[in-house]
Amino acid sequence: MTKSVPISASVSDTATMTSSVHLSIHNVSKVFPGQRDWMSKLQRRTSGDYVALKDIHLEVEPNTFVSIIGPSGCGKSTLLNIIAGLSKPTSGAVLLNGMPVAKPGADRGVVFQNYALMPWMSVLENIRFAIETVNPKIPVARQRSIVQEYIDLVGLRGAENKHPHELSGGMKQRVGIARALAINPQILLMDEPFGALDALTRGFLQDEVERIWEQQRKTVILITHSIEEALLLSDKIVMMTRGPAAQIAQILDVPFPRPRHRETLDQHPAYHELKAAMELHLSRETRAVEASRIHAES
Amino acid sequence: MANPALSPALSRSKSITLTTNQKAALLFLAILATLLLVWELGARLQWFSPLMPSASQTLIDLWGWISDPFFDYGPNDKGIGWLLLTSLRRVLTGFAIGSAIAIPLGILIGLSEVVSRAVDPFIQILRPVSPLAWLPLGLALLKNSENTALFVIAITSIWPTLINTRFGVQHVDPSYLDVARTLGASRWRTLTKVILPAAAPYIVSGLRISIGIAWLVIVAAEILVGGSGIGYFVWNEWNNLKITSIITAIIVIGIVGLILDRLFAILQNWVAFGRKV
Repeated sequence: MTKSVPISASVSDTATMTSSVHLSIHNVSKVFPGQRDWMSKLQRRTSGDYVALKDIHLEVEPNTFVSIIGPSGCGKSTLLNIIAGLSKPTSGAVLLNGMPVAKPGADRGVVFQNYALMPWMSVLENIRFAIETVNPKIPVARQRSIVQEYIDLVGLRGAENKHPHELSGGMKQRVGIARALAINPQILLMDEPFGALDALTRGFLQDEVERIWEQQRKTVILITHSIEEALLLSDKIVMMTRGPAAQIAQILDVPFPRPRHRETLDQHPAYHELKAAMELHLSRETRAVEASRIHAES
Repeated sequence: MANPALSPALSRSKSITLTTNQKAALLFLAILATLLLVWELGARLQWFSPLMPSASQTLIDLWGWISDPFFDYGPNDKGIGWLLLTSLRRVLTGFAIGSAIAIPLGILIGLSEVVSRAVDPFIQILRPVSPLAWLPLGLALLKNSENTALFVIAITSIWPTLINTRFGVQHVDPSYLDVARTLGASRWRTLTKVILPAAAPYIVSGLRISIGIAWLVIVAAEILVGGSGIGYFVWNEWNNLKITSIITAIIVIGIVGLILDRLFAILQNWVAFGRKV
């Protein structure tokens, strides 16, 4: 696990390094329909519609790192799935450079919380599977060189032929990130990518993502629970209200200069103010979620 | 190792106590010796039926069969190796036919919730039926004892494989399918590169159960159908009142069943990649 890898030269030959994609989330609402058919009426198990997201409107400028933070169950992952095309909005639309998103596509790379590596494929095969699926016409030799590029980028040289069960959680997520980047997407979507990792590995991987982002500067949407993570990585932080009918409460600009280092980040004058604002918002929303749950149970 | 105070204590305890495996092996030998001794004494002192041979006589005959497995003095006097090969050929052929039906069908059923629910009553009713109940039907349909044996083995092999394949296909981790979708994989590529490898451990565990049951059933099928094979041998030797041959057959059938099971366990491990089924 070498941390500093000289990659700038090797990665830059992948075409269209600096994407200029504009992501626009236009009045997106998501309603999960309840059960009201006669069968559930007969069993007295009817339920009302659940409004997860209501009128989400967000413009994401090209080459920005945007974090979405909010209390548990606020529909952050639902929003990310809609952007990824894995789930359809009930109303509204997601536009990429003005074109509506209808289904998943290779212009969006997804990093999953549970890594979602194929256990029967080695590190190399997992990444190559992505490249080959997206573009089967690339010759195998070229596929291999792209795989090697991204294995180097995430610092996994030497682990190419290992299978996921032989890797630690942190190493698995490095593969997940390499796989998402190897298809050269215009946007990287990350759904709580470090949620399952211990604190030390988590910090280490956040530093890695910061380092990789400095090189690639792709548009990133990161779903997270962690205030420090959002502050370290983002240009903008989108704070969401609690569900049901979650909305965007506030969008914070993070003015810290790059490259950023976690050790010196809190010396910036705006750091503590931003952190306090986020803590206040999250604790208020979380308290309200718990209060409403108590109310619902009694 | 690094702690000098610990290492002498460790090495001393090693020289005195036995590992769990060593203890188990000793106990195994003790049980075996006791069984053989009681058997030998009982046979000599006429505790059992007069048909019951002594342990020593059985071991001598067992060695006779095993030391010369491939003799052939006519249809009713063949070495145990030939008998086993005949039965194994039948089991493997029937098992191959059954699996060739069960795996594709299981995949098809697993992929569609509608088909799965529609076919389920057939599976649930046919699955608990003893394989031997199919035997007369096979004779009636095929009019040939050899093919009837294959038919029975094939039917037997279908159910565990079919049910496990369906389960494996239905329970592919949804995040693997999400990965395939975000990459824009075709249905065929998703099936061959994601669903099948994901379901492979379940499919192989179904095959393992199937081959075990097939090997159980072949003896009964050969007793009923007759002609050749280890099952027929057991029945023939009973007619000759050669009990030592029957005991030999029991031991050999058990060992072959064990080997088949181990082979599929290896295959299971080979497709698992750290997953547990």
